[in-house]
Amino acid sequence: MGALTHLTMAEALDGLAKKEYTAVELTEAHVKAVETIRPLNAFITETPDKALEMAKASDARRAKGEVGPMEGLPIAVKDLFCTRGVLTTAASHILDGFKPEYESTVTTNLWRDGAVMLGKVNLDEFAMGSANITSYHGNVVSPWSPGEVGNWSRQLVPGGSSGGSAAAVAARAALGATGTDTGGSIRQPAAFTGIVGIKPTYGRCSRWGVVAFASSLDQAGPMTRTVEDAAIMLRSMCGFDPKDSTSVDMPVPDFRAALTGDIRGLKVGIPREYRVEGMPAEIAKIWDQGIEWLKAAGAEPVDISLPHTKYALATYYIVAPAEASSNLARYDGVRYGLRVEGGNLKDLYENTRGAGFGKEVRRRILIGTYVLSAGYYDAYYNKARQVRTRIKWDFDEAFKSCDVILTPTAPSTAFAIGEKMDDPIQMYLNDVFTVPASLAGLPGMSVPAGLGSDGLPLGLQLIGRPFDEETVLRVGHVIEKAADFTATPPFVA
Amino acid sequence: MSLDKATVAKIAHLARIKVPEEELDHLAGELSQILTFVEQLGEVDTNNVPPMTSVAAQKLRRRKDEVTDGGYRESVLSNGPETAEGFYVVPKVVE
Repeated sequence: MGALTHLTMAEALDGLAKKEYTAVELTEAHVKAVETIRPLNAFITETPDKALEMAKASDARRAKGEVGPMEGLPIAVKDLFCTRGVLTTAASHILDGFKPEYESTVTTNLWRDGAVMLGKVNLDEFAMGSANITSYHGNVVSPWSPGEVGNWSRQLVPGGSSGGSAAAVAARAALGATGTDTGGSIRQPAAFTGIVGIKPTYGRCSRWGVVAFASSLDQAGPMTRTVEDAAIMLRSMCGFDPKDSTSVDMPVPDFRAALTGDIRGLKVGIPREYRVEGMPAEIAKIWDQGIEWLKAAGAEPVDISLPHTKYALATYYIVAPAEASSNLARYDGVRYGLRVEGGNLKDLYENTRGAGFGKEVRRRILIGTYVLSAGYYDAYYNKARQVRTRIKWDFDEAFKSCDVILTPTAPSTAFAIGEKMDDPIQMYLNDVFTVPASLAGLPGMSVPAGLGSDGLPLGLQLIGRPFDEETVLRVGHVIEKAADFTATPPFVA
Repeated sequence: MSLDKATVAKIAHLARIKVPEEELDHLAGELSQILTFVEQLGEVDTNNVPPMTSVAAQKLRRRKDEVTDGGYRESVLSNGPETAEGFYVVPKVVE
């Protein structure tokens, strides 16, 4: 595949403006790239016809002088966003055949700004997972997997839950992709695949039309190859939406303008509790390296404490399943998707849900049902909500002495499919650094920072004050420049 | 916390998920493991700490209680596995 699929969004916008190529040409190159990366199983549904139709319309708009902020840019959409008339599965058997009659607000915003849809990408079922190994539509393989394509010596996970988004962007089959993040589902796969992913502040992106997992945590965000591209795409995704009661009515800044490179005098919090026991040396090393880069750019590292960090995962694994058990009650075999008949209505429900949910989703619904059930509600659910308040207070306190927080994104590089699968707790530990910011509703971004000893990408995470994505992006941009991460996966389109 | 087989069967029923009898034991083990993991929250002092209701620190917006949209019966029903006469069809509920 030619250079068109290796462009950044910013470069593609320039090239389109200078008429070096058309949106149709750019899209054709990406449609072909999507076909090339089929061995990764990144896409659940490819929409080449729709892509070309949207690209033609984009070229026509450009000819009339109507140029949106993402005009003509081909992207992939996580299959958790409802797209009108296009199969939307949430990677679950239970949504078989579901073609929404409406379009999510976030994707509506992206199309309004000129973006082009290449298709719907794979994920963990209902976004529940950290490795993209719970999809009904099969595992996603990371383009970083060593060995011959399709006959890899080790099949690595792309991370999850936005694993298809990460794989498609890293393998140069899409200029960017939408992701969603409940406990790290944008940031961890971004780190595993050497790309950028930002989860904005809770309330920035509308949740309307995004299949719900845990409503008090779910946030959409962009996954791209550069910080500048993340800024471009985030601006288009955000915005007030009266259809989401938690959508925040405040202006969306021009995030790209925040990338000034100037972080002199900025205080960067280094939370001591994140130096967890048994942290691999290379993770500690890249973190220290990140601190050095920011110091060299004139920022000041500050030692901070987030004392309840160690309780974040346990809190998350009560709050998220509780909300999921409630949200997923809607899959009943009556209104959409799969239906498995039974003699009576109760059997129809139980048969449909028994057959339609995968094991991880079932496990979480059952945990959620248990912690919300009579007699346990206070001991588990309310307790978790109280600890969540304390976690939020920790951050409030920390941000009195710093402007942004720097941590590793994940406790390891990507692991292989099949590893960590026997023990749910081991798998949950992947999210140890990303979950706290989710519980506190704060913006968090992962930026590629280097390669581990196994040659796989490592990411650094920046966490910001509520609605201060601009500082997160500005600091991320500085790290990106200092790290000069140019490694590409062995398999690219 | 350790869940027994009967408790798992009860939760599964509450969640309206059919779980094959032979999977109950294994599931009880997994769920017990998760519950044991979350029990560490007992160590945290939460006296006088309000349970978080909204992370966004904002009040829910109010709006006038009036119909502003609607009339999509066909769209709403279009994904139903079984529909008839403008309704979803389910097995007989009332004897």
